[in-house]
Amino acid sequence: MKTPFPFSAIVGQHEMKQAMILTAVDPGIGGVLVFGDRGTGKSTAVRALAALLPEITVVESCPVNAATSAECPEWAELGSKKRVKRPTPVIDLPLGATEDRVVGALDIERALTRGEKAFEPGLLARANRGYLYIDEVNLLEDHIVDLLLDVAQSGENVVEREGLSIRHPARFVLVGSGNPEEGELRPQLLDRFGLSVEVRSPNDVAERVEVIKRRDAFECDFDTFMTHYGAEDAKVRETILKARRRLPKIKTPDSLLEDCAALCIALGSDGLRGELTLLRTARALAAYDGARTLKRDHLKAIAPSALSHRLRRDPLDEAGSGARVARIVDEVLG
Amino acid sequence: MNDTPTSWDRAALALRLLLVPDAGLGGAVIRMRASPARDQVLTQIKSLGARKMHPTISDDQLFGGLDLAATLERSQLIENKSFFHDRCNAILTMAERCGPDLAAKLAQELDRDAGHVIIALDEGAEPDESVPPALSERLALHIEPEGRMPASWPSVPAGTNMRSAQGVAVSDSDIETLTTLAAVFGIDSLRAPWLALRVARAHAALQGRKSVTEDDLNAAAELTYPQRATRVPQDPETAEEPPAPPEETPDEESDGESQSLELPEGDLLVEAVKALLPPDLLAGLVPAGTTRGSSGAGAGQRRKGNRRGRPLPPRPGRLDGRARIDLVATLRAAAPWQPLRRQSAPDKKGLHIRPSDIRLKRYEEHSDRLLIFTVDASGSAAMARLNEAKGAVELLLAQAYAARDHVALIAFRGEGAELLLPPTRSLVQTKRRLAALPGGGGTPLAAGLRDAALLAEQSRSKGLSPTVVVLTDGRANIALDGRADRAAAQIDADQMARLMRTQNIAALVIDMSNRPQEPLRALSAQLGAPYVAMPRADAERLTGAVSAALDD
Repeated sequence: MKTPFPFSAIVGQHEMKQAMILTAVDPGIGGVLVFGDRGTGKSTAVRALAALLPEITVVESCPVNAATSAECPEWAELGSKKRVKRPTPVIDLPLGATEDRVVGALDIERALTRGEKAFEPGLLARANRGYLYIDEVNLLEDHIVDLLLDVAQSGENVVEREGLSIRHPARFVLVGSGNPEEGELRPQLLDRFGLSVEVRSPNDVAERVEVIKRRDAFECDFDTFMTHYGAEDAKVRETILKARRRLPKIKTPDSLLEDCAALCIALGSDGLRGELTLLRTARALAAYDGARTLKRDHLKAIAPSALSHRLRRDPLDEAGSGARVARIVDEVLG
Repeated sequence: MNDTPTSWDRAALALRLLLVPDAGLGGAVIRMRASPARDQVLTQIKSLGARKMHPTISDDQLFGGLDLAATLERSQLIENKSFFHDRCNAILTMAERCGPDLAAKLAQELDRDAGHVIIALDEGAEPDESVPPALSERLALHIEPEGRMPASWPSVPAGTNMRSAQGVAVSDSDIETLTTLAAVFGIDSLRAPWLALRVARAHAALQGRKSVTEDDLNAAAELTYPQRATRVPQDPETAEEPPAPPEETPDEESDGESQSLELPEGDLLVEAVKALLPPDLLAGLVPAGTTRGSSGAGAGQRRKGNRRGRPLPPRPGRLDGRARIDLVATLRAAAPWQPLRRQSAPDKKGLHIRPSDIRLKRYEEHSDRLLIFTVDASGSAAMARLNEAKGAVELLLAQAYAARDHVALIAFRGEGAELLLPPTRSLVQTKRRLAALPGGGGTPLAAGLRDAALLAEQSRSKGLSPTVVVLTDGRANIALDGRADRAAAQIDADQMARLMRTQNIAALVIDMSNRPQEPLRALSAQLGAPYVAMPRADAERLTGAVSAALDD
């Protein structure tokens, strides 16, 4: 496996990078949806994220990456119970993956050859405590989407089929990417993503040239390049760890709660998930910025990502929902 | 006629580039029908030792997995090796039939950058049939030789003793040239200049050079950009400054950065690529922002029979990673044979199960609906009608997920009909395509019905259930052959309506004239379709009427 392109060497795309970092600070934010054209660095960023994230401690043979052997599910046949450090898992969910591969299924091989009933864990088990990445999420078959929704919400995967009854924790951050021209995403799934960002190709030729130069340097002058950006990545990792420690201590003034509510009412977003995510993400941003108290600026900075995908879609509105959010944020928060 | 040999020369060059070690080109799309000429092309890359892959390859074969036949025979786990286990060269046959899921998986493998080479053999006959963009975007080269193959092709045989592309020096200005050039042709994806850079390196290595020269850049641009271009740059002679790449960049800015925007080789490169642009782009047939091959097919077009829906009886089959096994049916199929098999293989413990016993689960489900709006765009009321139809299309799309609807829009006016919006579920695409709607002229009702019937037939073969919604204010006055003959037009329209009825295409006629029109009522009777009189209909009411009629 080759070293992925370093996260900090990605040119521009500030909103996407910020959203991904914030889910690393607080996994409870609930996933990122990245919509944009091809070749804008969506998959590069996700693969880079895997290398950026701090390591986690897991029981070596545990199929669901449990931290202690007490937390391992009882159906797992544990080999070594040693606790080891592993990179945060970032699991790809390929299009066309079967339900069996996603949730896990009866181990057919053992059932047929040895007549044993055993569970073969799926991708959800492997993604526990990490990230689940779905490229072209808008092309995913509806029944897989339903299944993911259900698990993402409950944090637990329940398999009841073929005489198996098995459950295991499946807490992961969903990262989806796609090109909206090839099909839209169901509103139910949209709402389930905490943040949504739109990426575009950079407009500026100088910036585009810089992208290609860095890519080229990564390939041809790997060592120098990695020495520089590896150190940058380490800085980001350090900041994420610090932010995680600081996060519970962030003070939230009541006036800001009111701001959140006012914003969501003005936007007419359905349900309360908008407010909750907005607040949570703003706190994560404050922690990442090293602040002690949540400020209005944090809300403003994060509102488009946290809210733009939660609006009632008005099909006759020509401007995008991102523009609508920005306008109303300006009106409400001044 | 100098053009014919050069397209073959370029093909030969592209094939030689594929053989350059460590080039990392990802592969090539070869768009040719099966023919002796294509076999000749493929023999050129024989030394790659490519394995064949077909568009319905199973996950087991692609990623490795349980080899069921061998496992059952020996009662121990036998696994297939993954296609991509080692550095692999694959030939994807009938690549135009490759679905988005396989394209995504192959793209994932290519992104690992492990040196795989995928040759996609595209046999598409129509411009619409082509390799999914997720895959073709990652393959650097595009080979589409035109005309007859020259007798002495290739003039230079593919070499064997090759330098590695690694370590060929590239200057910053080379990178700038390629990136700027991509922007000039409206290629948004940054993968294009990146791959072009690799092509330039490979080309330099092929020529035995240690650093990239103008010649290499030229070859790279010619081989990589034409098929990806989305627009034709303005003529440099008429435009003073070099064309500002993206529309959003203000002109002053590009002036300020003229250093980086100016191509060191002047306009030669631009001209070279421009000469190779596909003809439909030059004719302005491709709308800005869309690349060839994105036919706008959203999710949910293909319906497979083994994942969900109403259960059907299980069927024998192979486990290929997609279908689910019906364990009980499998055991039931194996049960009667146990004594016999035990006699033939007394040593084997446990159940005797053979691959032929495997039964797969099957399901049946309803296919998605396609609403074909066929809108009369003639006369003075055209703009209003078209706008209401557009509004209705967008509203219906907004509810599309609940109802599983796809929507298409055909307008008829003047002498014929035009497909304004191919079947889609994408609001974004709809908005872009319907931004400008033409109107005015006569009422070629028959032509509109004919195109609607054609589209309905096509969509049926893709597994959709089409319904045609006709919006008009009556009075057909243009016949199928384009003559302004009211009587003939009426006869043609009636004929088309009867034809649609025999093809069993569901329809709905919405009369938007001020007073209900008798001929339209007659037409709907011919169609066997409900007739709704709706003067001054707006988008909301239209949507309501369509939904109500469909739910009956």
